[in-house]
Amino acid sequence: MGKTFAKPEALSDQHTHYCPGCTHGIIHRLVAEVIDELDIKGRTVGIAPVGCAVLAYNYFTMDFQEAAHGRAPAMATGIKRVRPDLIVFTYQGDGDLASIGMGEIVHAANRGEKFTTIFVNNAVYGMTGGQMAPTTMPGQRTTTSPFGRNVEEVGMPIKMAELLSTLETPGYITRQTVIKPKYIVRAKKAIKKAFQYQLEGRCFSLVEVVSTCPTNWGLTPVQALKWAEETLLPYYKLGEFKTPD
Amino acid sequence: MGKILMKGNEAIGEAAIRAGCLNYFAYPITPQSEVAEYLSRRMPEVGGMFLQGESEVAVAYMLFGASACGARVFTTSSSPGISLMSEGLSYIAAAQCPAVFVNIMRGGPGLGGILPSQADYFQATKGGGHGDYRLLVMAPASVQEAVEMVMLAFPLAEKYRNPVMLLGDGLIGQMMEPVEFPDHLKSEPTNKDEWATNGMDTRGSNKRNLVKSLFLDAGKLNDHNLMLKAKYDRMKKEEIRYESYNIESDYKTLIVSYGTMSRVCKTAIDNMKDEGLEVGMIRPQTLFPFPEKAVYEAASKGSCKIVTSIEMSMGQMVEDVERSVKGKLPVRWYGKCGGDVPTPEEVVEAVKSF
Amino acid sequence: MAYKHCIDNNRCKGCGLCVSVCPKKVLELSSEINTKSYFPVYQARPEDCIFCATCCIMCPDVAITITITEETEDRPKQPV
Repeated sequence: MGKTFAKPEALSDQHTHYCPGCTHGIIHRLVAEVIDELDIKGRTVGIAPVGCAVLAYNYFTMDFQEAAHGRAPAMATGIKRVRPDLIVFTYQGDGDLASIGMGEIVHAANRGEKFTTIFVNNAVYGMTGGQMAPTTMPGQRTTTSPFGRNVEEVGMPIKMAELLSTLETPGYITRQTVIKPKYIVRAKKAIKKAFQYQLEGRCFSLVEVVSTCPTNWGLTPVQALKWAEETLLPYYKLGEFKTPD
Repeated sequence: MGKILMKGNEAIGEAAIRAGCLNYFAYPITPQSEVAEYLSRRMPEVGGMFLQGESEVAVAYMLFGASACGARVFTTSSSPGISLMSEGLSYIAAAQCPAVFVNIMRGGPGLGGILPSQADYFQATKGGGHGDYRLLVMAPASVQEAVEMVMLAFPLAEKYRNPVMLLGDGLIGQMMEPVEFPDHLKSEPTNKDEWATNGMDTRGSNKRNLVKSLFLDAGKLNDHNLMLKAKYDRMKKEEIRYESYNIESDYKTLIVSYGTMSRVCKTAIDNMKDEGLEVGMIRPQTLFPFPEKAVYEAASKGSCKIVTSIEMSMGQMVEDVERSVKGKLPVRWYGKCGGDVPTPEEVVEAVKSF
Repeated sequence: MAYKHCIDNNRCKGCGLCVSVCPKKVLELSSEINTKSYFPVYQARPEDCIFCATCCIMCPDVAITITITEETEDRPKQPV
């Protein structure tokens, strides 16, 4: 009945700096497992963002580049255009992808650049101490929306998966989460599918992963899972929004 | 192979290809959009890669990503676009990646104008982006020189693992002059396996490469900056290039001028010579590193009474000239902005007035 | 042949996610801190462990691994 479980090769031994219960750790591991299973570590280049995952390069064992805030999709474009044989993934948070980097991700997706983006959506800016993100929920208190996000003033949260899926260019756009084991299993499948599309040279792929930020939500890790389930999942719906087929 | 008549912008594009750079990312902006238009047709002919990015910001990072995985890359833009690329330049220099940027300068500041200017001297030589980095900056005065500097820029960028900036002006971009692409300026790309993220399989290695610019530890960041500075100090020793004109005469005035402005000055110098007035000129071909010693020595000539920096700006290079002259002689500035290139007569009048 | 459930005491940050998902309620947080000052997890009821690896999947720090071992070991009650 049992099964074995080991750290994937693509993940380094280094203890992460992420907060206790931060779902970055789970997502990093899933990406590493997929890279191991597809046996592509030797031809993969990851691109780290600015955000909590700025040090992501310390936790993976393949070639890595560090991007300026929001610019990872442009760097990925540069790599894929000169070395289409390399497998490239960007790993980005709310600010990086949905705020400062909005232009870069939309255009890379629209051009159909054949890299994979892992988009970690935890509805807040983690690294800089908990400010409001484009993905912050209505009424959600953050350090720059201390009275709760006022949608009259700053609009509604942005649904990136839906937004990108409206582009005509073929792509694989999906939203997953890692707040429960069954979702983690599905998320890994989606990440693998995304990398497989890239291996086939098929299309751009983005896996949005609804995540938690216990520290900046002011909740324990387990409470944060619950808040994500009750407040984020009803708005950020899981599923496949676009496939290239 | 003989000379062909080419528009500056197109010659610059062709020069990169002849230098073995087959990767061009760019965004249109007047007065250099012809480079992109030319290369969008030409790159496919030579099996190269052309991509119009969505903004100059994005283009700078496309260059960074591609360079970091070992490819020769370049872009062209103009003043406001270079402002947008400035963050990228800081990152690329910090991460020690080679790349070639060409700025076909236009009037500024702000949206400015589309006519020629030399008002990005500070931006190119003193920063633009944040932090302690420098660019190797070259300034051509003719389309032929632009071609040669583009071809030279790639091995220089790889020698120093640093961005190299060519500072042209709208005239260089737009005029048509006879050019040839010297074979001796072709170069092979260096082996980048030591640092580039070109894939562990490509290198046949188990050791991964990391291209980054973040050093949270103060000691490590200081060490990194010391290392970068050592490169820039080496540039100062090995890469200074300049031309002198009429420097053998007993000139009373020394002009320092670069780019197409220097050609107007040459005509002015010739005209003044006919009148019996001797004027010498130092034309920097590298703006960083600046030919400080050459300017100082030229200013130290017994006959020389005054030094003047003549530039299409409100006075930017003049500060480097002052620094080079070390207070030995008065230093004056003459220039015009807006795009009206000073005429030889205006230069003569200015020199006489000092 | 048997499975061995192994918790790396010093990788664990005591986040408690694994405790919340274990179907057999095997895990608990220790009352003794580790080298990082976290209260790490340990198997309070190791005999109930079915090696489903749900805790491993949920752990953000790869602090829990399961290997195959030749002998069946006495599983300690306290964290090692």
